[in-house]
Amino acid sequence: MVSPFLVFAIGNESRGDDALAPLLVRQLASEGLSSYVELIEDYQLQVEHVTDLAGRSTVLFVDADMSCEAPFQFSEISAAMDNSYTSHAMTPFALLHTYRQVYGTDAPSCFLMRIRGYGFELGESLSKEAAANLALATAEVRLWLTYLPPPPRRKN
Amino acid sequence: MTDINNNLETAAHPENLRRVAIEPVSRVEGHGKVTLLLDENDHVHQVRLHIVEFRGFEKFIQGRPYWEAPVMVQRLCGICPVSHHLAASKAMDMIVGATLTPTAEKVRRLMHYGQILQSHALHFFHLCSPDLLFGFDSDVAKRNIVGIAAAYPDIAKQGVLLRKFGQEVIRITAGKRIHGTGSIPGGVNKNVSIEERDYLLKDMEQIVTWSRESVGIAHQLYEKNLSLYDNFGRFKAHTLNMVRADGAMDLYHGGLRARDMKGITLFDHYDYGHYWDVIFEDVKPWSYMKFPFLRSLGPENGWYRVGPLTRVSQCDFIPTPLAEAQRKEFIAFNGGSATGATLGFHWARMIEMLHAAEVIRDLLHDPDLQGNDLVSKGERQERGVGVIEAPRGTLIHHYKVDDNDQIVRCNLIVSTTHNNQAMNEAIRQVARQYIDGRKLTEGLLNHIEVAIRAFDPCLSCATHALGKMPLEVELLDAEGDRVDVLTRSSDGSFYSAA
Repeated sequence: MVSPFLVFAIGNESRGDDALAPLLVRQLASEGLSSYVELIEDYQLQVEHVTDLAGRSTVLFVDADMSCEAPFQFSEISAAMDNSYTSHAMTPFALLHTYRQVYGTDAPSCFLMRIRGYGFELGESLSKEAAANLALATAEVRLWLTYLPPPPRRKN
Repeated sequence: MTDINNNLETAAHPENLRRVAIEPVSRVEGHGKVTLLLDENDHVHQVRLHIVEFRGFEKFIQGRPYWEAPVMVQRLCGICPVSHHLAASKAMDMIVGATLTPTAEKVRRLMHYGQILQSHALHFFHLCSPDLLFGFDSDVAKRNIVGIAAAYPDIAKQGVLLRKFGQEVIRITAGKRIHGTGSIPGGVNKNVSIEERDYLLKDMEQIVTWSRESVGIAHQLYEKNLSLYDNFGRFKAHTLNMVRADGAMDLYHGGLRARDMKGITLFDHYDYGHYWDVIFEDVKPWSYMKFPFLRSLGPENGWYRVGPLTRVSQCDFIPTPLAEAQRKEFIAFNGGSATGATLGFHWARMIEMLHAAEVIRDLLHDPDLQGNDLVSKGERQERGVGVIEAPRGTLIHHYKVDDNDQIVRCNLIVSTTHNNQAMNEAIRQVARQYIDGRKLTEGLLNHIEVAIRAFDPCLSCATHALGKMPLEVELLDAEGDRVDVLTRSSDGSFYSAA
């Protein structure tokens, strides 16, 4: 059985501030999260990731963002037909739309944590400003996780 | 059609021409831009594909210990990390003087064919099927995967599940979904357990069936639109691919084969450890990307085409029965016309996907996958070259390692670089056929993109952060002044800034 809650980090740790999301989930992992929250990392979203959403109760996507307000922007998201599915990298909105197309039902409740990043070149390390944003975003996600409902009890 | 400059690479008098840029080329990974120079009567004088190839990877790798390379190179590209993982591993096999054990080679092959399967599935079902099923100048709002899912729900779902299966093969052989560590210098660090094998086998027959049906779809599309598919962006090209010692298709290992556009073999079973004796890279002032060429033919005429179309049409046979039967049909079809057609790429790609599915099935039944002899090594070497046939074509990794085990030199020639001139030739042909003398429309410009997408170019770029890389389409007047600009954000939406 899949974990009811999923935190999905999108990013490449070797490309400067694109490491924000992977670093966030690794920090959470190091704190020993409950087994009912699964953490997944990937470089970018693609169509097959709809299968990672199936059977979940709640999903949180975490990604670096070049355009949001610092330090982060947290919001609930829903399916939207944008044009990102025409590339090798999809937005979370388009992924939810594809989920509906593939499974014939709405995706689970989904949220998006955008963390403001500044530099994305290969080989760059995390910028000082992004590191500060990361600390605040991690605290926010940590708090959000405490509000998740308890895992369903197993039937004997 | 204009006869002012028939090769369309460089216009005679660009100062008097109108410039149209298609940027970005959608459904293509990374940065791609096409510029057209048109005169006042909409005749085309110059067509160029500009690719902003990332050349920073040498610096990224230099100074690192050689055993880190197979893991580090995966961060170059979010699309084909497994191809880089394996090409670097093969180069490092040479550095450590290894001859792979049967288990190591078969686990790596399994990983590689998993990558081929998932990459080809994504390209055909999700990136190209909108054009192929609805038409190149159909309603742009419909020409996407959502339109496919609405009109052909089974196709959209099969694309997702084929891709997922390939990713599962990679996860099991590489040890992780991303940042895989499965392949190491001299071998692999894990075998495939019985449980993992059985997990994959339970879906295997379905995957083979879907792959077989996919070849049928590609074949039918070609046959139904024969004139279009035969002639769209067609050009003659020399070819380069890797083949097994007996001439069979082998996407993991073999020798290099090059043939000229008349089919005459230039070299065969060439040891890729000395690729630089037969392949060289040229530069052009208008492009960041290099232009590789066959040395014996020179920089002007020595460009060539790599990838599925070349591999299927230039191998002697495919060593799995279902794919081999399809290859024979492909070669025999209409006197062999598909073997030189730009849109023949799609059919050839599906034949390779079927071959990949068959290879995966055969390997899963091979007990060597459960072996425990995983790593070997021999006499340490200074230089290592690894070559594989990646989903998009031949991929070359070349390293030099010093006595302190540090990488001091690195050169990568990726599939899209090999195809650089070939893609330019394809779009120039499309410009002659469809654009010249006509008023530009989105549908006409999409014809250019359809030709590029046939090659499935991938431009090392794993950065995709939300809001990153807003791209522009600019329209300049005859004096070169910008008269309009459209900006496309990462969600694909356009807005005008003029």
